[in-house]
Amino acid sequence: MNIPEGLKYSKTHEWVKMLDAASCLVGITDFAQSELGDLVFINLPQTGDEAVMGETFCDVESVKAVSDVISPVTGTVSEVNEELLDSPQKLNEDAYGAWIAKIENITGTEELMDASAYEAFLQTEEA
Amino acid sequence: MERKTPLFGEHERSGGKIVPFGGYLLPVQYSTGVIAEHMAVRTKAGLFDVSHMAELMMEGPDAAANIQRLCTTDISSMTDGQVKYAMMCNEKGGIVDDLVICRMRPDKYMLVVNAGNHAKDAAWVESHLTGDLMYSDISESMAQIALQGPNADIILKKLCDGKYIPVKYYHFVENGVMDIGSRKIGVLISQTGYTGEHGYELYCRPEDAVDLWRALLAAGAGEGLIPCGLGARDTLRLEASMPLYGHEMNDDISPLEAGLPCRLDGKDFIGRQAIIDRGRPAIKRVGLKITGRGIAREHCLVYNSAGEEIGWVSSGTHCPYLGYAAAMAYVPSAGYEPGTEVAVDVRGRKVEAVIVPLPFYRIIR
Repeated sequence: MNIPEGLKYSKTHEWVKMLDAASCLVGITDFAQSELGDLVFINLPQTGDEAVMGETFCDVESVKAVSDVISPVTGTVSEVNEELLDSPQKLNEDAYGAWIAKIENITGTEELMDASAYEAFLQTEEA
Repeated sequence: MERKTPLFGEHERSGGKIVPFGGYLLPVQYSTGVIAEHMAVRTKAGLFDVSHMAELMMEGPDAAANIQRLCTTDISSMTDGQVKYAMMCNEKGGIVDDLVICRMRPDKYMLVVNAGNHAKDAAWVESHLTGDLMYSDISESMAQIALQGPNADIILKKLCDGKYIPVKYYHFVENGVMDIGSRKIGVLISQTGYTGEHGYELYCRPEDAVDLWRALLAAGAGEGLIPCGLGARDTLRLEASMPLYGHEMNDDISPLEAGLPCRLDGKDFIGRQAIIDRGRPAIKRVGLKITGRGIAREHCLVYNSAGEEIGWVSSGTHCPYLGYAAAMAYVPSAGYEPGTEVAVDVRGRKVEAVIVPLPFYRIIR
């Protein structure tokens, strides 16, 4: 299971890369993509959307199901990764390269884990 | 408490992601993933554990008459070794289940019904039997493996003499023998399937299933054969527009509404009069090609270009081979011809779609 250092991780399997104190990139972890299976569609958020920590801000679809992506931070969506519209499989192939959205003006952050805490968390959660 | 097929250990060992289905624990996919498994069937070959399906035997002087009464299709001109698709209907004209009927002899038939309806179908059949026949539910003594894809013949012929392989679609050969190296296994090979691709369904004893599964995978290794799960089974059957009970059919929907073959002016069967009494069907099953951004799934509502709600989606998914999202839906039977633009409500968003003829995908046989 790929869990890069230098990123932060949420309990709902999103990763956060802080770009500076008030902006970040968000994506889904390798664990998430492997659980979801082949992803065939992503409903990206819109630029300008308010993301609220702990709440759904977009969803991804595998062949069989739709899954919510929970925003780990509160802020404004300033950019979305349009590449994923045509190539949703990049979320499977390169989970940490396939950022979903850039969020700016961050005013709140969920409790996030570092790489080793997330790895330990996966051991407990994995059934 | 879900049950396991004889191949459960194989699926676990190969990293199958196990889910409950029709009362059984089965792999929805392996580490290859639904898309790769789907494409394997369309381009090379895929292997499916379908042992959860249920088999009911009817044998005796009145076996044929009972099947005629229970099932929509007329079996009177079937030949030995032939298979026919049919439905059983209830007194309201709705569908109890869809099934295939295999004729061994004029007085001996095997009905293969859906796992999810096993108990319901057995109770239905048993409660309607009359006359001189032996009926037995032989599901426990049958395992079933489906080998589907363009390379199915090459693979099968490595294990089995051609004389045991049915040459025609919807035909089967009983008492076949497969040589898996260490020993020989008895099989019934049917040229049928639920993928829209050329292929076979192999019936064997449960105690032979593991060896047969492994032998097929070994024989197919050089031909691109991989094991495939329920996820691919669903995307494949949807591309081929094959109905699935609980989606395109249920106790309320009639064969005419579902667009499934059902002759009303021939022999009588349970539900025939009720279907006639319903009159011209008010709804019909259509195909939708999703042209907007989104994937229409079961239960999504369908709207016409005037914004009126006109129907619902019975099944839908992203179709890996076709490369677009497709769905089957029920809409009013008047109008709504192929080419008609509609919209589907996908989680609060209206996504454009167009009605297209069924099937979405078909091979030349």
